[in-house]
Amino acid sequence: MLTKRIIPCLDVKEGRVVKGVQFVSLRDAGDPVELAKFYDEQGADELVFLDISASHEGRETMVDVVRQTAATLAIPFTVGGGIRTLDDMKRILRAGADKVSVNTSALERPELIKEGSDFFGAQCIVVAIDARYSEEDATWMVYTHGGRKKATWRATEWAKEAVRLGAGEILLTSMNQDGEKSGFDLTLIKAVREAVTVPVIASGGAGNAQHFYEVLAEDIDADAALAASIFHYKETSVAQVKEYLREKGVAVR
Amino acid sequence: MKIGVIDYGMGNLFSVEQALKRLGCEVVVTANETVLDTTDALLLPGVGAFPDAIKRLAETELDRYLHKVKAENRPLLGICLGMQLLFEQSEEVSPTKGLGFFKGSIKRFNGDNAGRKYRVPHMGWNELVMTKYPSWLNGEVTAKHVYFVHSFYATDIDERELIAYADYHGIKVPGIVANGSITGMQFHPEKSGQLGVHLLEQWLKGVASC
Repeated sequence: MLTKRIIPCLDVKEGRVVKGVQFVSLRDAGDPVELAKFYDEQGADELVFLDISASHEGRETMVDVVRQTAATLAIPFTVGGGIRTLDDMKRILRAGADKVSVNTSALERPELIKEGSDFFGAQCIVVAIDARYSEEDATWMVYTHGGRKKATWRATEWAKEAVRLGAGEILLTSMNQDGEKSGFDLTLIKAVREAVTVPVIASGGAGNAQHFYEVLAEDIDADAALAASIFHYKETSVAQVKEYLREKGVAVR
Repeated sequence: MKIGVIDYGMGNLFSVEQALKRLGCEVVVTANETVLDTTDALLLPGVGAFPDAIKRLAETELDRYLHKVKAENRPLLGICLGMQLLFEQSEEVSPTKGLGFFKGSIKRFNGDNAGRKYRVPHMGWNELVMTKYPSWLNGEVTAKHVYFVHSFYATDIDERELIAYADYHGIKVPGIVANGSITGMQFHPEKSGQLGVHLLEQWLKGVASC
């Protein structure tokens, strides 16, 4: 039986992990490779690196981070942030990442998804969707620029279009729930999961192990759940979340 | 020991190369037969579409070389698409003949199990169920899960060639197949944590003692 995946997400800026990761046990808590190893040992099923570098140099540094991570890690990892062209995808994937994720760049130019999918296969292309409930539209709309700018797509429609173009996976973040730690947006995630045939990673709102159970259990049935700060700030650990899921009868590795 | 990773232009070879290096192997990534001839074992990786891969193998005459490898009983491990290429045929894109080292054909998951929809690709960690132990695998396997990512799988296989499978929505997905010196793994051992490393290590040890 295929297991549900738990995925820690690391924000990397100019080659360093940001958002104040608190691990006293690590020699260098800002080193993405060290942290990746730590999460691997904790039982993380996959990792996501989000490159939030603003500079060209920062992006080049990310390629080094990817290469070093690929040389040490024996689990898959995805890299997102700043990937705008097929060449950007090539640089990251050839450095050893398993998947790339695209967000705003795919909304601006949807063919990017097809180009990547045709070249590397759908399994390498993750489309990240930031969705926020819009009272005006009475549905979840896609947002860009960290949730500030509304796009013209409904979240479910954009997810379908992304899959049609060749996305192998959808990384769905609820902007309403993000950072709230009050649980995933179950209705949104269920709606998107039912709209597409590819795996859906739920993101935004994880506050405790119970929240992971809610979104991964049969009712909502997300394929994977992603979280950042609760793992980084040691509010819970990947191992604890998995133990809880196991007790509740959810198949985990 | 020296491992030849066959580079025929399909997919990312970096991770598998690194995994072999971590296990202390000398690794050459090449399409050059003379260089491949100097290695102790061969690895056929691959990500992408079956017909493209077969075309590339034919263009580089590596298909002929692989038949020679089999005839000479040299160890060969196919991973993911690399395993699928070792079967008789595939229906991916358009029906295409494979190398035919294993009996069976490659079909797409149809996403529907008796009216119940399931996701394609089969992506993530699934439990590997051993049906028998190959000669190269020693000791009990304690970890269970390996990392799969694929939309096509081997069907109509010869059960005697099956070593391990994973259950995906009621489908018995061949995970490891073996026949003589030829082995195939549908999952990615280089991405499968400790169990993946263990399986690669065991295969290498088994190969070394051949």
